[in-house]
Amino acid sequence: MSLRSPLGRVLGLGSAKDGTGHWWSQRVSGAALALLGLWFAWSLATMSGFSHSDAVAFIGQPLNAVLLLLLSVTMAYHSYLGVQVVIEDYVHSHGLKLVSLVLSRFAHVFLAVAAIYAILRLGIGA
Amino acid sequence: MNNNDRPLSPHLSIYRWPITMATSILHRATGVAMAIGFIVLVGWLFDAASGPVVYNKFLAAMDTTIGCVLLVGWSYAFFYHLSNGIRHLVWDTGRGLEKEQATASAWFVIVTSVVLTAAFWWVAS
Repeated sequence: MSLRSPLGRVLGLGSAKDGTGHWWSQRVSGAALALLGLWFAWSLATMSGFSHSDAVAFIGQPLNAVLLLLLSVTMAYHSYLGVQVVIEDYVHSHGLKLVSLVLSRFAHVFLAVAAIYAILRLGIGA
Repeated sequence: MNNNDRPLSPHLSIYRWPITMATSILHRATGVAMAIGFIVLVGWLFDAASGPVVYNKFLAAMDTTIGCVLLVGWSYAFFYHLSNGIRHLVWDTGRGLEKEQATASAWFVIVTSVVLTAAFWWVAS
């Protein structure tokens, strides 16, 4: 006889109330970053130069801008998930852990928004 | 009750490091390194959007010995985390988890990450 409620069985979240969501998100964002990261590494290696005009031309080119937006947002997300696990593993005090997790989330959202703003500004040419 | 004198089970410091242990901790270390590198990547985008004066300060900071060491380090961190990440994805399918297989794939990842980093800088130069 199972003591689990029908709702609990459907949600499949277990006693940690989190299920496999974190694990799966980390894999999917990791797979996306493998592709986006290789594109970015190849782009950096084959760039004609790194002067300001070179950088602006590269970032502002439409396809590059879209891929850079995807790269920045996915990297911020994947990095947040990874740093979260590191904090949960090594910070044992409950209060400090909570503060670290919130600060890490703030920092990652800040970086993602800063990247989006910079790319759109160069891509749209404000 | 005083628990301080209890014998402890053997932990990290007592074992001779197998290569799989090194690849495991290196995956985490390279991940954290890239989390910090992400700040610099966003800095590059942001400074480019801020104009040539700010951007040239960024370039000057990267064009130092420390800057170059960091850039090479982040490129290695990327290729290592990528290679070992794919190793993890293979493990997630239930394959390659035997001790000999994991040891072989650990060495494969180390060699691949060094080769990819060298290839990256060779193409870049």
